[in-house]
Amino acid sequence: MIKAILIFNNHGKPRLSKFYQPYSEDTQQQIIRETFHLVSKRDENVCNFLEGGLLIGGSDNKLIYRHYATLYFVFCVDSSESELGILDLIQVFVETLDKCFENVCELDLIFHVDKVHNILAEMVMGGMVLETNMNEIVTQIDAQNKLEKSELDIFFFFFFFIYLYIQAGLAGAPARAVSAVKNMNLPEIPRNINIGDISIKVPNLPSFK
Amino acid sequence: MALKMVKGSIDRMFDKNLQDLVRGIRNHKEDEAKYISQCIDEIKQELKQDNIAVKANAVCKLTYLQMLGYDISWAAFNIIEVMSASKFTFKRVGYLAASQCFHEGTDVIMLTTNQIRKDLSSPNQYDTGVALTGLSCFVTPDLARDLANDIMTLMSHTKPYIRKKAVLIMYKVFLKYPESLRPAFPRLKEKLEDPDPGVQSAAVNVICELARRNPKNYLSLAPLFFKLMTSSTNNWVLIKIIKLFGALTPLEPRLGKKLIEPLTNLIHSTSAMSLLYECVNTVIAVLISLSSGMPNHSASIQLCVQKLRILIEDSDQNLKYLGLLAMSKILKTHPKSVQSHKDLILQCLDDKDESIRLRALDLLYGMVSKKNLMEIVKKLMIHVDKAEGTTYRDELLTKIIDICSQANYQYITNFEWYISILVELTRLEGTRHGHLIAAQMLDVAIRVKAIRKFAVSQMAMLLDNAHLIASNTQRNGICEVLYAAAWICGEFSEHLQEPHQTLEAMLRPKVTTLPGHIQAVYVQNMVKLYASILQQKEQSEEKEGAQEITQMMIDRLPQFVQSADLEVQERASCILQLIKYIQKLQTKEVPVAEEVIALFAGELNPVAPKAQKKVPVPEGLDLDAWINEPPSDSDSEDEKPKTIFHDEEQRHSKHRQPEIDEEELARRREARKQEQANNPFYIKSSPSPQKRYQDTPGVEHIPVVQIDLSVPLKVPGIPMSDQYVKLEEERRHKQKLEKDKKKKKQKKEKKGKHRRHNSLHTESDEDIAPAQQVDIITEEMPENALPSDEDDKDPNDPYKALDIDLDKPLADSEKLPVQRHRNAETPKSPEKEEIPVIEKKSKKPKKKEKKHKEKEREKEKKKEKGKDKKGEDLDFWLSTAPPPASTAQSSMEPSVNTVMAVAEGYEEPKKEEREDEDEDEEKFPEEKSSKHKKKKHKKEKEEKSKDKKKSKKKKHPSEDEQVETIQNGTLDDEPLPPMSSYCLLAENSFIKMTYDIQGNLQKDSQVTVSVIFENKSGSFLKSMELNVLDSLNTKMARPEDASVHDGVPVPFQLPPGISNEAQFVFTVQSIIMAQKLKGTLSFIVKNDEGSTHEKLDFKLHFSCTSYLITTPCYSDAFAKLLESGELSMNSIKVDGISISFQHLLAKICFHHHFSVVERVDSCASMYSRSIQGHHVCLLVKKGENSVSVDGKCSDSTLLSNLLDEMRETLAKC
Repeated sequence: MIKAILIFNNHGKPRLSKFYQPYSEDTQQQIIRETFHLVSKRDENVCNFLEGGLLIGGSDNKLIYRHYATLYFVFCVDSSESELGILDLIQVFVETLDKCFENVCELDLIFHVDKVHNILAEMVMGGMVLETNMNEIVTQIDAQNKLEKSELDIFFFFFFFIYLYIQAGLAGAPARAVSAVKNMNLPEIPRNINIGDISIKVPNLPSFK
Repeated sequence: MALKMVKGSIDRMFDKNLQDLVRGIRNHKEDEAKYISQCIDEIKQELKQDNIAVKANAVCKLTYLQMLGYDISWAAFNIIEVMSASKFTFKRVGYLAASQCFHEGTDVIMLTTNQIRKDLSSPNQYDTGVALTGLSCFVTPDLARDLANDIMTLMSHTKPYIRKKAVLIMYKVFLKYPESLRPAFPRLKEKLEDPDPGVQSAAVNVICELARRNPKNYLSLAPLFFKLMTSSTNNWVLIKIIKLFGALTPLEPRLGKKLIEPLTNLIHSTSAMSLLYECVNTVIAVLISLSSGMPNHSASIQLCVQKLRILIEDSDQNLKYLGLLAMSKILKTHPKSVQSHKDLILQCLDDKDESIRLRALDLLYGMVSKKNLMEIVKKLMIHVDKAEGTTYRDELLTKIIDICSQANYQYITNFEWYISILVELTRLEGTRHGHLIAAQMLDVAIRVKAIRKFAVSQMAMLLDNAHLIASNTQRNGICEVLYAAAWICGEFSEHLQEPHQTLEAMLRPKVTTLPGHIQAVYVQNMVKLYASILQQKEQSEEKEGAQEITQMMIDRLPQFVQSADLEVQERASCILQLIKYIQKLQTKEVPVAEEVIALFAGELNPVAPKAQKKVPVPEGLDLDAWINEPPSDSDSEDEKPKTIFHDEEQRHSKHRQPEIDEEELARRREARKQEQANNPFYIKSSPSPQKRYQDTPGVEHIPVVQIDLSVPLKVPGIPMSDQYVKLEEERRHKQKLEKDKKKKKQKKEKKGKHRRHNSLHTESDEDIAPAQQVDIITEEMPENALPSDEDDKDPNDPYKALDIDLDKPLADSEKLPVQRHRNAETPKSPEKEEIPVIEKKSKKPKKKEKKHKEKEREKEKKKEKGKDKKGEDLDFWLSTAPPPASTAQSSMEPSVNTVMAVAEGYEEPKKEEREDEDEDEEKFPEEKSSKHKKKKHKKEKEEKSKDKKKSKKKKHPSEDEQVETIQNGTLDDEPLPPMSSYCLLAENSFIKMTYDIQGNLQKDSQVTVSVIFENKSGSFLKSMELNVLDSLNTKMARPEDASVHDGVPVPFQLPPGISNEAQFVFTVQSIIMAQKLKGTLSFIVKNDEGSTHEKLDFKLHFSCTSYLITTPCYSDAFAKLLESGELSMNSIKVDGISISFQHLLAKICFHHHFSVVERVDSCASMYSRSIQGHHVCLLVKKGENSVSVDGKCSDSTLLSNLLDEMRETLAKC
């Protein structure tokens, strides 16, 4: 079982937290802090396993993590999971993110944490690995996005025309409406903020499959 | 209204969305909290609006804030609103929020039940998927109970996307609602063979997770998993299965035997490190489970160790880490094979990665021997000095102590060395493990009598240098050792060289800065010291000296009397008074030493930590029984004392009543004494304490051997353990030389013979004689202590509830509560609604009632039967099936089959067979020769139970009563006649072949023909080869490079009187017609006179039935199928049938691979599926003495052929 999946950056700021056991918000934050503390002081070229499972569950637990550019991906798992398997799973996860966001960087995770959650939900469900085939995951995500888009389009156009109808006569209405359109359908807002090149590199690892 | 909505949507356009919120938070770095609270206020406003889009947006933002640590449970109701939105977009937002913040304590969660049910049955697969994902995070016992049935239906959904999610979530449902496990398990098991790899993997995942907690219940699945393991190519699935086998093997060693070969094959063949690692891990688990019985697996161990060495030597730190981890598992059972890699492991100690160093330390623990202990510990001591982080240093410290103290100090040859190591460790700064060192000092000093003198001298030194240790009370971890030092010096004060000096050291004012409990020990042990000094002085008639020391005590003790610690204060004041009294006596010149020392007379024995717990409760003693009857609640308070008093009076009078004669009394006294003597906790009265101290009877028995004082013991200052290492080496060298001399002598005596032995001889543990003969007293345990180790079990284990026997047939009461819709037409609807509730409530009482009814016995019997069956089935699989490499794979991959058979099929399987046979002969001597009979028998049983399960499984609650009467009446009591699906293929004087054809679940155009070969002759049959003339439609699968005319070798040989089974795979193109294939079996008969070549022709009949696979079907799906109208119809009627309907159904199920969907009175619907996916539905009706069968099938030809075959079967009844 996977007990928790955490993503935080080099400063310990959480970018995603998914707990498969209920914890109070305070405990969750504490776990994130402690995990960050444990993981961040490790060198780059040491092993990716940590027996620091005191925070969640018992001694049965392990932290398995990978460090990509500015982000740590940490999986807390128990002994029923294969260590190398989980490492590969993290790799699949990141590669999937890379595919869905097109050159994923930390900002994508910051602004679209809900999307990251949706992607994760196609891989891991209730703490158990659901799917490991990246193409399958991407297919499902795309299909869902399509569904969402079609819903939103209908939703938007319906109101857009009423809006135009009401606003008719007001100067500059079309322009505002157009900006509203953008706002509605814009999953890619933060693209214009660029803080250097912090895209996550996805190195090719010894393949698992 | 419309206008309002429009307005809402316009507002929405100017609301903050998630991106705005994130950006806002990033722009307000200084007053983030304030900004967020402002945002939360806005969100609250948004949540109040009617527009669902606005709400969803607000909930989305809340989800983000939740990640930052803000409690959003106040919005739970709004989240549910968003969950129930009709649009997928919003629904997803709602479910995500719910999965992040809902838990069992969320009170509104019960409102979601109906919404989730609606989503689960939504036509849009993503609605269902999102609901399942969400539910997996917040499922509660109530939700699990109410939705279990819906999820179960989803497990057979047409879309694999839903199926795999439904399968996975079942694990969560089981956890929350364990009653659902048994009803759902058959379907879960079915999913192990789902055509979609994702679903299969999910099912494996769930079953592995279940089995990990309660492995014994899943042993019967081993054959299925074995098949999956040999057939699957999905590494995820393989890893899970292999891990599962690791958990199962300890329960069934024979399983291990079977596993070794395929696992080693995998190890050799796989390129995936993760798979390799798990294989090695499981092989290790197998070897552990086999460690006693099978000595000839050294090759496997070597292979594992060798592979692990490759891992450890890898530059990838992860592999190194895992290699070490696995190595430590081998170490437990096969330390020898790991010890040869000591170099590698010591090298890992220098690794820069702390995790790896820790793993290496773990390994060292098991690698020590008498020979290398000192060397290893020396190396560790160097690391202790070098170590930077305190955690790692503490870890080192504990490891050193663990390593040395393991197995009752088995590896320590020189305890002086060990004591000096401990003393050296006290110089560690800032360690938390002072108490560990202290405990070791105490333990060694108490249990190793010979070392006491040395220990005391060292401890005295520690006390003398206490200021070094305790100079900084901040690091009070280490000052714990003073506790041990003080106690040892006090208790064994007779060994002290200069007790006076030690006493003075203990009385230093600095001592009062120590923690209270240490001071208390100081005070107590001062008196012991004082007593022994007093005795010394009195013996040497130094009255002044004695008075002097008394005076010193009186002068110095007050500082402890003033202690803030109560314990210290109390002890100090007691002792002060005592000493004042002694002083008085001393002034009167009365000799007091004897009496003072008597205060501390007696030996302390080490008692095992769990000894108290393990004292068995004496027979006849009921600890739960009331001594006095508890006053009942109804009694008024006034009455209470009366009744108690009354009771007691009675007791007294009773006591007096029996008059016991003297003899009886004496006998009882004797018995009591005996008992007391055996009871370690009974405080014996000793005749005279003084005498006892001088020559304690216990001590006499213990051979206290003089310490060999070749080593000067008076080491000034703190000792260095290193010197012992050198000394030890020298000593060993000497010993060795002496031994060599002896050996040379021996050699001369026995030339040649033992040369090889001698040259190979290495110094083993036994050769090293310990420096001192040390008597290690074992810890005392009460006699006849129970060896149970159950104290470690956690009673609150959530997985305990899932410890359910899955092989028992389902009972009526075990059904998932089904939610029914209100039916408008039926006036009874409200009652119906209540049914599930009543059921739930009455479930337990119902069970109980049943148990207490007269049917109890029968049920018990059945249970036993079931258990036996399970056991036997597994036994059967484990023992008689041909070796894994040949059969298991042959059924899957015919090409491999022959290759394997050629490679090793001739030699190895034979051996194993024989082994198995031997085992069987021991177990079932009567079944020795006719093994296939046994097999048949078992199959029947299996089939029988299947039928029962099926007939019980699907029953509408409304029919409950009716059905129950049937079940309790005829169904269960009448035993079914034995049936066998194997029929004769061909027979001559040498060999008899029987066969059975089974459809292949994985491939839609393959069938597996299992042929049992029975050697009827007295000769040895070998080189058997089966050849079949292929038809256009049906072909035998042959190895790739073989031509169509080649036969397929049978992968075994047959000794006289033995039978064995082989499987052959055939590919079939069209399955709608029955086929016959001609074939020949050629073989060589070998006997004393020589060998002859023989042939046997046969005709292999592929009936249409053999293409059917027993597939359970649920009545709802069945009804849909019939309604679809795509099936063609046909029917038959057979007259003159006398057997009961139950038997009739069983026959159809067994011979024609059908399963009963539903049965009402003498009418039943049945279902089966062909390997190519044709649905076959039957309606069987029984009249007076005729049976009519109506069939519907996707293919009319197939149906008519099937019905013809069925007619034949029925006609035989």
